Parts: sequence; structure tokens; C-alpha cells
Amino acid sequence: MQPDISVKHLNKVYADGFRALNDINLDIKPGEIFALLGPNGAGKTTLISIICGIVNLSEGEVKAAGYDIVKDYRKARESIGLVPQELNTDAFETVWDAVSFSRGLFGKPPAPDHIEKVLKDLSLWDKRNNRIMSLSGGMKRRVMIAKALSHEPRILFLDEPTAGVDVELRRDMWEMVRKLRENGVTIILTTHYIEEAEEMADRIGVIRHGEIILVEDKSRLMSKLGKKELRLHLQNPLEKIPGELILEPLELSDDGYELVYTFDSQQEQAGVARLLRTLGDLGIEYRDLQTRESSLEEIFVGLVHE
Amino acid sequence: MNLYGVRAIYNFEMARMRRTLMQSVASPVISTSLYFVVFGSAIGSRMGDIDNISYGAYIIPGLVMLSLLMQSISNASFGIYMPKFSGTIYELLSAPVSYMEVVLGYVGAAATKSVILGVIILITARLFVDYDVLHPFWMFAFLVLTSITFSLFGFIIGIWADGFEKLQIVPLMIVTPLVFLGGTFYSIEMLPEIWQTISLFNPVVYLISGFRWAFYGVSDVHVGISVGMTLLFLTACMVAVWWIFKTGYRLRS
Repeated sequence: MQPDISVKHLNKVYADGFRALNDINLDIKPGEIFALLGPNGAGKTTLISIICGIVNLSEGEVKAAGYDIVKDYRKARESIGLVPQELNTDAFETVWDAVSFSRGLFGKPPAPDHIEKVLKDLSLWDKRNNRIMSLSGGMKRRVMIAKALSHEPRILFLDEPTAGVDVELRRDMWEMVRKLRENGVTIILTTHYIEEAEEMADRIGVIRHGEIILVEDKSRLMSKLGKKELRLHLQNPLEKIPGELILEPLELSDDGYELVYTFDSQQEQAGVARLLRTLGDLGIEYRDLQTRESSLEEIFVGLVHE
Repeated sequence: MNLYGVRAIYNFEMARMRRTLMQSVASPVISTSLYFVVFGSAIGSRMGDIDNISYGAYIIPGLVMLSLLMQSISNASFGIYMPKFSGTIYELLSAPVSYMEVVLGYVGAAATKSVILGVIILITARLFVDYDVLHPFWMFAFLVLTSITFSLFGFIIGIWADGFEKLQIVPLMIVTPLVFLGGTFYSIEMLPEIWQTISLFNPVVYLISGFRWAFYGVSDVHVGISVGMTLLFLTACMVAVWWIFKTGYRLRS
């Protein structure tokens, strides 16, 4: 299947010599939700800006919906909707006018029915005749999304869409993103909220220092790079880890009552069984045990600090 | 061609004019009318004719040109500068519109506003001063050509400017002196010879001269040269705009 976004050997060097992107290769499949994670300054926004035509690329090839973003820029851009990170909105225009303007700008004939649907989906219908400057920050964010959806794009970029919005709006947006995906829209999301990626994404890409260091299915990533932790609350305290267990990834709490065993998700069964058997052989009794799986956030932090 | 895109930009800009009628229309009409009252009706009646034209009537083409130039530059520069200032330029840059379409939308709207304003000023002038239009077609052609040319120039200023101060510098510090010294209030033939020669380096001389010829059939330079110089300036602006979009100057990093 042809990817909706195809990035090959993409490099970006700014005029001051700063290399923002280094040999990026990335394919994004139609209809998926792809979360692009990375620390501040990693190159997420530069990558999105290049694909959307806001920033010029230095080297490489980028295609959107199968069209080269330079040679066939019209076709490529027609298929893209962008919600940028900054809350950049018009001020004096009404919501209706601003959203209708966006549709026209992207080469689509007027479609009041579609604009009405978008505004209703985003709970903006009641505000359609209000000037944008009179809206709250959350409402302005909705207007930006409405503008991005006004021309019915098949690819939607959401650059930090829920930064600074309240919980209710964040939930609404997640719901809207899911609905869009059901309708076949490909969604590329950058976010600082790891739980957002964990909740929404099908695949995760991690970018660091302008390089993609990992692209993986979310579930596979969680199981491949995720750690599990087994905490054993002992009946009697230990002074030190017994010699028979010295090679195991074990930690003993200061009071000697807790043993913490950390292991890869994929190796859990063999390691845990061996540990429990050895403890039984040594006569070490425990009164309780707990397991915990690492979150995407911990995986992410581990990756970007490697 | 993305005609919907052009129309969207054009309508957006025209809507801005409708929202700010006092600033966009009333203000320049009133300020220009004051010139007609003071220099046309009051002082003008005590001044001698120039080229057998009453002084009040003689200055009308120059004053209309002054408003036209200032408003064309102001409308177009503000139109493209505001999206840069507010950050909404991202939408324009990511839209499937060519640079020609962007220019058509912004410059088309700015030029339309200027032409409307020019016509209103001419009608208003009639209330204070009696004047003729010998060549109405050429008068309107100069009006449109000048509006387009200086709207294009304003568009370039809007892209170049990175602050409100820079937006004002060119119209106030360069264009206004050029208009005042370009024969608005006098014929350059009235100047000493050396200043006549220097004046010929002022592009506004050709605009005012050509425009005045369309009114009264008199001019400081041949009307063909006026048209040629205007077209030359228009071409220079178009090349500059082409270069801006090709390189992404102050638009795309």
C-alpha cells in the first residue's frame, strides 16, 4: 500500500548552519494515527513544516498522498490539513468567515453544509458569528482545527494540539481524532503528553537531535522496550541479596523488607519463575507481591536519554 | 489555477476594507479634501494659472496620485504584513496557491481599494474645484496602472518589513517627499534647470505628469515616457516579487 506520507533522506540545514534534520526516512500509512515524539528542539515541528510547505527542505524527497511536495505542491497540499503548535488565529474575522476562508484558500468551492458540520462537531456552531478575538484560548484552538478540516483533507497534522487546553477539550479532541480516523483520515500527531500518544497512536516515531531513532507499532514498542517490575514484600528482612541471586537484576530496599526484580516484558516468564523457585529453595518467604509495567513515558525518557 | 484561493484572499482583504471604512476610505478622502479646500479654493484662487489651468484644478491629479500611492502601499503592505505578524501566514504558505495567485489576491484587493478611493476623491474634488478630464480612458488607465504598480510595491514592503515602523518608513520617508517634489503642486518647468534634471530621477514625476496629461492634455514629460516608466516600475516590482517567492525571502526559512 502506498504510504500517505513518504519521507526519503530528508535533510534540513538552516541558513545559520544549524542542522535541524539529518537523513530522515519515514513512511506513514493511510488511515493510521502516527505519534511523533521527541524532546524540545528535536526537529518535530521542522519536519511537519517541511511536509506542509512552510519550510524549504535542503535535501531529500517528500511525498504527501503520493505527490511530491515540491514538484506537485498543489496536489500534495490539497490533501493536507495543519493545526500548528502556536495559537495563531485571525482576530477580527468571525468564526464562520475564517473557516470559509480556509476552505477557499485550499481550492475548494463553498460548502456551507460542510462548514456547518465541522463547526457543530467542534462545538463552535453557537460561536459562528463571533469574532475570533472574543473567544477563549480553547475555543481558538477549536477554530484552528476547524480551519484545518474545512477543505476535507485526507492527511491531518496536529502539532501539539492539546498544549494548554483543559481536560474536557483534550477529551473532545481525542474523540474527534478517533472519528476522523474512522473516516479514513491519516493523522500525524506531535505531543508532549505521552499519555496522549499512548491513548491514541497506532505507531510511534521518536526523533532526537534531528534523527528518527525509532519507529514502531505502539503495542510492539511497549512490549519490546517496556520493562516490568516485580516487588516482593518479604516476611523477614534480608541483610543482603543472597549469593545464589547475585546475578539476577535485583535490588534490596534499605530496610531489607522489599526485593525489586526488573525484567524485560518479553522474558518475564522464565526470569520470574526462576526467581521464585530460588527464593523457595532458600526458604525466603514473602507475604505479598506486585507487578508493574513501564509506561510509554518511561520508554520515551529512556530512549531520548540513551 | 486555484481561483477559489485567489477569491478567498481577495474577499478576505475587501472585507477588511468594509470593516474599517473610516480608516480605509473616510480618512484619506477627508485629508485630501482639506488640500482641495486650502490649496484649491482658498489659496488657489489667489495663485496664477499654470499652463492656462487654474491652480486649484492643476493640483488635483497630483493630490489624487498622492492618495493613490499612499493607500496602495499601505493597503498591500498591511495586507501581507498582518498574517506575518499574527502568525497566520502558515496557512498561506501551506495552501495550494502559487505566488502569482497570492499576489493576485492581495495586490488585486489593494489595487481595487485604491481605485475606489481614487474615484471617490475625484468626485469629492468636484465639490470644491472645477476640473475637466480630457482623456477619461487614459485617466482611468493611469489610475488602475498606478494602483496595481504601487500595490505591488506595498506588497514587497509588507514582506520586507519585520516591524510596524518599517511599514511606515517607506511611505512616509520616501514616497511622500517624492510625491511632493514630483510636481504635485507645480510644474517642474518652473524649477531651475538643475532641479528639473534632478527631478527626472524621481519616478513619481512621470506618474503625475501622465495623469495630469489625461486631465488637461499638458505634461512635464511626454505621456509615452510616463506610461513606459510606470510599466518599467511595474516590471521591476514583479521581478522582485518573483524573486521573493522563489527564494522564500522573509517567508520560508
